[in-house]
Amino acid sequence: MQYVAPTTVGEACSLLADNPGSRVFAGATDLVPQMRTGRLEPSVMVDLKRIERLMSVSHADGRWTVGAATPASDLTHNVEFTTMHPGISEGAGLIGSDQIQNRSSLGGNLCNGSPAADSVPAMIASGARAVIAGAGGERTVLVADVVTGPGQTSLSADEFIVEFEIDDPPANTGDAYLRMIPRTEMDIAVVGAAVRLTMDGDTVSAASVVLGAVAPTAVRVPDAEAALIGSSLDDDTLAAVATAASAACNPIDDKRGTIEYRTQVAGVLAKRAAVIAAERAKNGA
Amino acid sequence: MTATENSTNYKWVGTRPIRHDGFDKVVGKARFGADLDLPGQLHGAFVRSPHAHARIVSIDTSAAEAMPGVKAVVTGADFPALDPTHPNFDTAVNCMARGEVYYHGHAVAAVAATTNAEAKAAAAAVKVEYEALPAVLSIADSMAEGAPLANPNNYTKFAPPGDPSNLATITNLARGDVDQAMADADVVVEMSFDCAHVHQGYIEPHACVVDYGDGKANVWCSSQGHFRVRSMTADVLGVDNSKVKVVPAEIGGGFGGKTTVYLEPIAAKLSEKSGKPVKLLMTREEVLRGSGPAPSAELRIKIGATNDGELTAIDGWMAYGVGAFSDMAGLIGAMSVASYKFPNLRMETYTALTNTPKSAAYRAPSAPHAAWAIESVVDEIATELGMDPIDLRLKNAAVEGDLTAMGMPHPRVGLVECLEALKASDHYQSEPAEGTSRGMAVGFWFNIGEESSATVNLNEDGTANVITGSPDIGGSRASMALMAAETLGIDVYSITPIVADTESVGFTDVTEGSRATFATGKAVVEACEDLIEQLKARAATIMGVDVGEVAWVDGAAVSPGHGGGEGGDPLTLAQITAQAKRTGGPLAATASLNAAGAGPSFAVHCADLKVDEETGEVEIVRYTAVQDAGTAIHPSYVEGQMQGGSVQGIGWALNEEYIYSADGAMENASFLDYRIPVASDLPLIETIIVEVPNPAHPYGVRGVGETGIVPPMATIGNAVKAATGVRMTSLPMSPPKVLKKLNER
Repeated sequence: MQYVAPTTVGEACSLLADNPGSRVFAGATDLVPQMRTGRLEPSVMVDLKRIERLMSVSHADGRWTVGAATPASDLTHNVEFTTMHPGISEGAGLIGSDQIQNRSSLGGNLCNGSPAADSVPAMIASGARAVIAGAGGERTVLVADVVTGPGQTSLSADEFIVEFEIDDPPANTGDAYLRMIPRTEMDIAVVGAAVRLTMDGDTVSAASVVLGAVAPTAVRVPDAEAALIGSSLDDDTLAAVATAASAACNPIDDKRGTIEYRTQVAGVLAKRAAVIAAERAKNGA
Repeated sequence: MTATENSTNYKWVGTRPIRHDGFDKVVGKARFGADLDLPGQLHGAFVRSPHAHARIVSIDTSAAEAMPGVKAVVTGADFPALDPTHPNFDTAVNCMARGEVYYHGHAVAAVAATTNAEAKAAAAAVKVEYEALPAVLSIADSMAEGAPLANPNNYTKFAPPGDPSNLATITNLARGDVDQAMADADVVVEMSFDCAHVHQGYIEPHACVVDYGDGKANVWCSSQGHFRVRSMTADVLGVDNSKVKVVPAEIGGGFGGKTTVYLEPIAAKLSEKSGKPVKLLMTREEVLRGSGPAPSAELRIKIGATNDGELTAIDGWMAYGVGAFSDMAGLIGAMSVASYKFPNLRMETYTALTNTPKSAAYRAPSAPHAAWAIESVVDEIATELGMDPIDLRLKNAAVEGDLTAMGMPHPRVGLVECLEALKASDHYQSEPAEGTSRGMAVGFWFNIGEESSATVNLNEDGTANVITGSPDIGGSRASMALMAAETLGIDVYSITPIVADTESVGFTDVTEGSRATFATGKAVVEACEDLIEQLKARAATIMGVDVGEVAWVDGAAVSPGHGGGEGGDPLTLAQITAQAKRTGGPLAATASLNAAGAGPSFAVHCADLKVDEETGEVEIVRYTAVQDAGTAIHPSYVEGQMQGGSVQGIGWALNEEYIYSADGAMENASFLDYRIPVASDLPLIETIIVEVPNPAHPYGVRGVGETGIVPPMATIGNAVKAATGVRMTSLPMSPPKVLKKLNER
């Protein structure tokens, strides 16, 4: 096994194209455990952290550009980013532990392909885009279109994500991400729910609801969004959001949670995240 | 905080000096099981069973032996076949399978190679052909009529000779007339409970290095007792104890799980075959799959009471699932029923084998299961009678002379004092915070004595080396030093406490039954008392007086002319040791004993918690542990034991469990998915040490290491009931289980 640390996007693309079985990594917080358990044996480990574009965060022209290998803690400690995108920051701030977050990245969290990835639902709810580089050049796709199944992405073997583009939210918009784990930290989401709302006074004018860990990929819940739009988050609306979220679940029974539990709690978290998002929207978050 | 005070005022006992081994542990110099490396050392790796139960048809090691770096491969055939009646027969077969594998993860072969990677690759190349056999995976399956045998070598203990059985023990205890008492009772509550397998969760995985040479195995390892490692390793290898030397490393947690061997005999055999030292470590996954969890359990408890709160009868049925080898969990579970007077009692217990890893001890083994059930039922009775749960327990609490379920009269015990201390505590006197609810429960553990040795050598400068054979698991070096300082009358920091190897100190049993501070401490005190007699004799020689005129006061010899009635100065210990050469030579003493009179320890816990009724999550907001320590030699380490037991019990109560696949493989063999609590899950565990001295120990010590894990499950279950009206009867009370019960409400 070989370790290389290219300093340009082009160099990294060539390494991937020339070395079948190679893997890119940022913090390696998913990769190393997979190697230790023998699930993965890369021929070449391509460290992306020496490429400046992948390690920078900037805000210009109404848009955040977040390098795909940037440590999560760079985002959670960025007050301006966290104020504008609290849901994404909350998700990034729940991955592993403080130590893990000093390594783990949005790009890695997404491309690991876990349905339980904490930073993904809020990115999808915010309409975030991924800039993907490969031997054939760069392309931009919605984050929602990257993961296709557990451990599976739409990227080809020679591609990797360079950065994310996250547009500033419209006025009076707020988001939130909640997850359920049986402990307070150091665990993997049994259920995750991100909600982004735009408010017109007390009325919801736009809504986005995305669930994690309840289906092969993070899932959007159009029925919950429809129930929210035009409402003022009265009890009936929240009950409809919960019902729609539960109905959108297609989870598995495993060591981390049961189908029955995940389905019920998805509704609870969607409803609670909607209430927090609305508060943030009204408070000009 | 200490609720009661000893009548005796000690100078050193009861103080909190910085532990003697603290510096090395803080700066990372302390050497644990995996920290030793020897020149030329090889690395070992295991081949483990992928079946819960199977016959080994063949093992082909030829491909592995031909691989680069491989120096030795061992299988069960390399070890002597012990007679099935040999006390360590099961240990030997658990270390390495012979003929059959009894659980998923059972060791089948092991390899030693120059590097870890080579050893792993070679282990993967060992070809084992299995013929799957029917596996028994639950207590119900094990006890079912016509069930397949989990282990054909198991026979029911203490029973007339018969056929092999899945039951290792059957115990029936009775007193009074339970049926009549139940018929006469004003209130009868009967409920069924179950508990999943849980692991001790020590942070340090099992690890050893063995260098075999000149017919002798030299072992370095961490364990709860290196003399037991010696005898077990010798038995598995089929050699005399004198052919094994064990040097203790520091230990990173054991909690009962390091009272047996898994690695040492295998590393010894690999070392013997290769002629090189062999290091053998378990990964965390191997620890969970291949070392001993606590038993699972199924329990039915029925208790009858009068309207004024007398608990008149208990009728219990308890079955413990102990994995694939004989165990006495059911018998010990019966022994743990001892908190209340219960004039009428019937207790039927079973130890059932399953094709899962062999159980090992875990803090007060078998008692947490029984207390979870009994204390939940007692709580229901308190609710039905409208009585305060502490008052109900005070009315029935066992005191000196009352009988345990086994029919043994209690010695002086402190349950009443613990209940009264909780009742008077700030916690219990304060209303639960808004949105929280309260529960409390009692725990008991009998503790044991066993054999210990201590040697105390006085140095020329008046300092002392205190040498024992008890590994320092919970601060025992500091405790030994405190007891020696108190007895000799010298400064605790002038004492160097040492844990010596099996060839440098007298035989000492494994640290179990919360016995080290009690029994080994007693040996230290006896050796120090012997030294005081020697010091007095030396002082008499120096002073020119009759030894009968010399007294030992505050670390010095006093006679009428030396600090006594006729003035002069006492002769200090340092002054006497400085003249040792002239007065008869070095001052040293050894005491060895088989300690009787271990004092039982009671604990009473109280929790305030919140239940999220939409997700089933339990958040513990306030938690108090009260426990009778007899005398707290080093209160910080007593509090540490109380807090540690509480936290492990909370983990057991809320989330810890072995999750098995349908074919008996553990699915959550990592600390990610085997969910022990993390620090942020818990509030500060408040502690109240109660001191009802144990008359059988010179300073009144009761063991404190185990009782703390007994009350938390029922404490939390009772608080969940208070919060939601729902009685949880299955451990762990994980969010999915709590939510399901709330949905059914």
